[in-house]
Amino acid sequence: MSTRSAFVICALAYVVSGVSRTVIAQGLGTPISEADVAAWDISILPDGTGLPAGSGTPQQGAATYATKCAVCHGEAGKGGSAAALVGGAPLTSGIETTKTIANFWPSATTIFDFTRRAMPWPKPRSLTNDEVYALTAYLLSLNKIIGENDVMNAQTLPKVRMPNRDGFIARFPERMP
Amino acid sequence: MNDLEIVAGNGLLHRRAFLTGGAALAAAVTGYRLSDTVAAQQLTDEAWSTKPGVAIPEYGIPSSFEKPVSRTLSNPKGEPRTQHARTPHHLVNGTFTPNGLHFVISHSGAPDIDPAKHRLVIHGLVKKPLSFTLDALGRYPMVSRMTFVECGGNSAAMFSNQPTQASVQAIHGLVSCAEWTGVMLSTLLDEAGIDPKATWLIAEGADSLALSRSVPIAKALDDTMVALYQNGERLNPGNGYPMRLLVPGWEGNLNVKWLRRIKLTDQPGLSYYEARTYAPILPNGKAYQFYFLQEVKSFITHPSPGLTLGAPGFYEVSGIAYSASGRIAKVMVSADGGSTWAQAALQEPVLSKAFTRFRVPWKWDGGPAVLQSRAWDEAGNVQPTRAQFVAQRGQTKTPVTNPAAFPSQHYNGPTSWAIQRTGEVTHVYS
Ligand code: HEC
Repeated sequence: MSTRSAFVICALAYVVSGVSRTVIAQGLGTPISEADVAAWDISILPDGTGLPAGSGTPQQGAATYATKCAVCHGEAGKGGSAAALVGGAPLTSGIETTKTIANFWPSATTIFDFTRRAMPWPKPRSLTNDEVYALTAYLLSLNKIIGENDVMNAQTLPKVRMPNRDGFIARFPERMP
Repeated sequence: MNDLEIVAGNGLLHRRAFLTGGAALAAAVTGYRLSDTVAAQQLTDEAWSTKPGVAIPEYGIPSSFEKPVSRTLSNPKGEPRTQHARTPHHLVNGTFTPNGLHFVISHSGAPDIDPAKHRLVIHGLVKKPLSFTLDALGRYPMVSRMTFVECGGNSAAMFSNQPTQASVQAIHGLVSCAEWTGVMLSTLLDEAGIDPKATWLIAEGADSLALSRSVPIAKALDDTMVALYQNGERLNPGNGYPMRLLVPGWEGNLNVKWLRRIKLTDQPGLSYYEARTYAPILPNGKAYQFYFLQEVKSFITHPSPGLTLGAPGFYEVSGIAYSASGRIAKVMVSADGGSTWAQAALQEPVLSKAFTRFRVPWKWDGGPAVLQSRAWDEAGNVQPTRAQFVAQRGQTKTPVTNPAAFPSQHYNGPTSWAIQRTGEVTHVYS
C-alpha cells in the first residue's frame, strides 16, 4: 500500500521537477515478447508446463551420461566427487539421511529442469532437449522408477509417479497460495 | 531499586546496571581476553605518532591488524560444489554486517556480471511482459530497509546429538543483516499487470546454475524488493550484484541473487533447491516443504568459543536476536543453564525482520557458568528450548564433528556456552 502511495507522491515530484508525465504513466520497463524471453524461459512446472519438444530413452541417456556426467557423479550414477544419482536409504533412517532422486524428489520434472539449467556443472545449458530427456530417462530407469525402454517426452515425463511424491508437509499451510 | 542487584543465578545483573551503575562499574568492566591484559607503565610516543601516516586509499579497507576479522570459507578454491563464507559474529558488534563480512552461500561461485548488459525480465501470467535495465530500475522510487538474511541451513550443527565444538561463526555464521535499498517488487508487478490466475512467481538468477525458487504472490506484493544497494553501496558480487530478490525474513535461498527473471505462474516450480535441498526430513520420514520463514532465534556472540574471559569480574553478555515475524519483543538470558533468567536490554531501534542486539551485564565469579539466550517476537512466537525443538524435528544418530555439515535445516532453538574456570568457552547442551 505504502509503495503505491509512495509511487504517486514520487510521480508528482517528477512532474514538479520537470520530468515528463508520459514516462511515469508508461513506467520504465521495456515491453518484451514471450518469444524474445524464450531462450531464458527454462522453468518446467510439475504439471509439465514448459517442457519442450523432443524425447529420449534410458539407453540414449546412458551414452551421454558416460561422457558428460560420470566424471563427477560416478559410473552408473554411483557417486563420486558429486552426489550419487542412484539408490538411497529410507527416509525413516534419520533426519540426516542423504536425499536422492529415489527416496526424496517429489516430481520427475525437477530432474529435467535441474539437469537442463545446471548440468553438466562446467557447461550448463549446453545439452540438447533430446539429451536432457534421455538423461532424465536414464536416471529414472537406473532408480527403477520407469522401465528400461520407456520413452520420456513432454507427455510421459509429468506422468511419472515418484516414490516419495506424497512425503511432504507444508510447514506453514496458511502461507501457501 | 538497586540496579547492581543480581537478578538471576550465577551473577546476571539488572539490564539497567550499565546505564545507571556509574563510573565504578564502567571502570570495572573488562574486555574479552583476545590478547593478554597489559599492566600500566610509563607512556612514550609510538613510532606511528612521530611521523605522518600512510596515504588514504580510494576505497578504505580495515586496518591490517584486523585480518582475523574475516569470513571462514568452506571451499576457497571454488571446486565444483557449494561455497560458504561465514560471518564472524564474535569479532563484530552492533547490528549491521559489513558487506565484506556478509555471509555468502553460492552453489556455483559468483558470476562476473556487466551491469550494463544485465536485464531483469518479468513475464508469464502478466498482461505485459517487461524487461528492465539496471539504469531503468534506478529511476523508480526507492525504499531502504534493514533486513537479516539467513540461510535455511544456518545453525545445522545444532542438530548434532552431541554438542559440536565450534565457534559461533562456524555454527551460526550463515546469517547477516544489512540495509538493503531497492525497488518494491509490487511496483514492477503493477506495471506488468498481474493476471488474476497468478499465485506464485518463480525467480531465477543469472548464475551458471540459473538458481530458481518459487515465491507466493502474496509475499511478493507484501514486502519483497528488488535490492540494488547493500549498506549504501551496490550489492557485493557474492550477494547478487547487480540485483537480488529480497524476501524479508524468508529463507536465504529464496532471496535469489543475480536476479534476471521473474515468471508469474499458477503453481510452484518445485525447483531443485525447494524440492530437495531446503526441505528438512522429519523423524517420521516425512519432510517439510516450503518452510519459508526463518523463525524467531537468538544466540550469544560475546562471550562465545574463542573469546576467553580474563579475570573474574564484570562482563557484558551480548548477542543477536531476529525473527521473520516482526520485531523482537524480549530476550531473556540465563547464566545457569536455563534455571533462572534475566531480561536483556535491547539496543534501539528494534526493527522488524532485522538483527536486534541484546545486552546483559554479568558479574562472573570465576566459577563454571552456562550462558544461554531465548527470544520472543512481537507476534508472540518464542524460541523453543532445544529439547522441545529436537522432540519435534529430531537430531542426528551420531555426533556431527564437521560444523560445516548440514544434517538438517531451520534450527531455531537456543545455544548454550559453558564458561570454564580458565575462562575458556565451550559449546554444551543445557
Ligand atoms: C564437474 C562436476 C559435475 C559434472 C560433470 C556433472 N555434475 Fe551434476 N552435480 C555436480 C554438483 C557439484 C552438484 C550439486 C549442486 C548443488 O548442490 O548445488 C550436482 C548435482 C546434480 C544433480 C542433483 C543430485 C542430487 O540428488 O542432489 C543431478 C540430478 C545432476 N547433478 C545431474 C548431472 C548430469 C545429468 C550430468 C551430466 C550431464 C552432470 N550432473 C554432470 C557436479 C557435476
